[in-house]
Amino acid sequence: MSITLGGVAAAPELPDVLPPRRARGRVMRFVVQHPTIVAGGLLLGVMVFIAIFAPWLGTRDPEAISPIYRLRPPQAAYWFGTDMLGRDIYSRVIYGSRVSLGVGFSVAILASGIGMAIGVVSGFVRWLDMALMRIMDGLMSIPGILLAIALMALTRGSVYNVVVAITIPQVPQVARLVRGVVLTLREQPFVEAAVASGTRLPKILIKHIVPNTMAALSVQATYICASAMVIEAILSFIGAGTPPTIPSWGNIMAEGRALWQIKPYIVFFPAVFLSITVLAVNLLGDGLRDALDPRLAKRL
Amino acid sequence: MLTYILRRIAATVPVMGLVALFVFSLLYIAPGDPAAIIAGDQATVQQIAHIRASLGLDRPFLVRFADWFWHVLHGDLGTSIFTNLPVLKMIEQRAPTTLSLMTITLVMSIAIAVPMGVLAAWKAGTWIDRTIMVMAVLGFSVPVFVVGYVLAYAFALQLPWFPVQGYVSLSHGFWPWLRSLILPSLTLGGIYIALIARITRATMLEVLSQDYIRTARAKGVGRREILYVHALKNAAVPIVTIIGIGFAALIGGAVVTESVFALPGIGRLTVDAILQRDYPVIQGVVLVFSFIYVLVNLVVDILYTVFDPRIRY
Repeated sequence: MSITLGGVAAAPELPDVLPPRRARGRVMRFVVQHPTIVAGGLLLGVMVFIAIFAPWLGTRDPEAISPIYRLRPPQAAYWFGTDMLGRDIYSRVIYGSRVSLGVGFSVAILASGIGMAIGVVSGFVRWLDMALMRIMDGLMSIPGILLAIALMALTRGSVYNVVVAITIPQVPQVARLVRGVVLTLREQPFVEAAVASGTRLPKILIKHIVPNTMAALSVQATYICASAMVIEAILSFIGAGTPPTIPSWGNIMAEGRALWQIKPYIVFFPAVFLSITVLAVNLLGDGLRDALDPRLAKRL
Repeated sequence: MLTYILRRIAATVPVMGLVALFVFSLLYIAPGDPAAIIAGDQATVQQIAHIRASLGLDRPFLVRFADWFWHVLHGDLGTSIFTNLPVLKMIEQRAPTTLSLMTITLVMSIAIAVPMGVLAAWKAGTWIDRTIMVMAVLGFSVPVFVVGYVLAYAFALQLPWFPVQGYVSLSHGFWPWLRSLILPSLTLGGIYIALIARITRATMLEVLSQDYIRTARAKGVGRREILYVHALKNAAVPIVTIIGIGFAALIGGAVVTESVFALPGIGRLTVDAILQRDYPVIQGVVLVFSFIYVLVNLVVDILYTVFDPRIRY
């Protein structure tokens, strides 16, 4: 790995004195060193696979209603049973992964992007800092789920609106985090050197500031992704989220709610899938944090 | 000390004003015509016009905000579209349930999580530590309604130790009241316990490596006293901070927990209001909960000076 500081390349690559490690040895070492990244990554990989290849995983139309076969317990023909409209729960759960993962990833990317922009501007443009941070403080004072609920009550239920409603409460945390990193970065010698040598502000931001916020930001993004998936499920569960026509894990649980005491399997399967996916993303985040910032890892 | 507390209280006032402005602005930020959305798809033009007028959407933003805020300051949060009752009254009726749920959750979470975190830090690196930390990650990951259904299935349906659903008010006796709230509190406390246990372990690890702990150990202070007197008091500031921040998760979780266990609290009121698109109620609940959240964090800030007398602003 070559180290570049302030655009100046330092320390040329060392010649390969040691024989190159066998590829398998390297993989094994990574697994041993970062077991949580591997476990989380694998689990998440399986879920992404399921989401992408949903139509080819032995599923049928998740919306197809067959009243004759309603409320069948899990059996050979219906692996996870059927709901009160005779829809195949297995198919609905498999297709539901698309909503959860889609919402989780979209919110993580959107909130990181917007929060990063606000944080960088706030850290570098002093006169805007005060105003921006007060707005963020105000937004942070409203509990995230309630803000999302209020936003959903004012818009028509759609996956797009769910993403927006979940993203808005997440932005202030990212903005605060990025601003904190930027404030310490701007005192660093390599940034001062760039300023002194007349580099223009946009270039400093893009070349020196943004790359150095990535470590902290990627960890935060995984946690946002996990909580976005939980909030999506909560919103759908209480009837303020994804419209009932689109199968999502929260929706399936909401529909099974009335019957959970006699037909617990309707709630059970989407709950298991949701928990495993959120666990996978959280494990990935913990692992990333340990790998990227050993100092922080010791503290948390 | 007193000036600090007064200054801190004074600093809360603009934050609350800002929160009120945000909560109010939501009506205007939302895309489309909020009156039409609230009225629903089958609404007539007259119904939409009626809702628009009752929300004041036909008047300029600032005039409407000043008017609304003036009423809020006088304890008037508006009137429910659905029941025509004052929103504050509806919240007041439901408040005892939610307050009971949150108090028990708070007490129980701290009583479980802090000793867990202390134990994990004391036994750092052992299987006890690892088990506790794995449980903490699980606590983060398993969504609150999943915990609720699992607990209710196990300890109310399979083993009939607790009621499946419903709330018994304190006036019917302490034990029935507590019994109706134990499963909901455990459900709601899941994330909270995980959060507090992790922070407790992390700060205790840091504190336990300090010189004065070694000194205390060297002069023969007992383990219990080192952990709970010397170390825990110095680890208190981050723990209290996370208790304050995590309160937001508690508020969000209450909405779900009250639905799962059919508790007639403010969370249940919110869910009903969503289904009926009763926006004034939602607005009132968001405002009241946000104010409570700000107040909790004000108390946390003041507690800093109790735990760490070095803190002076």
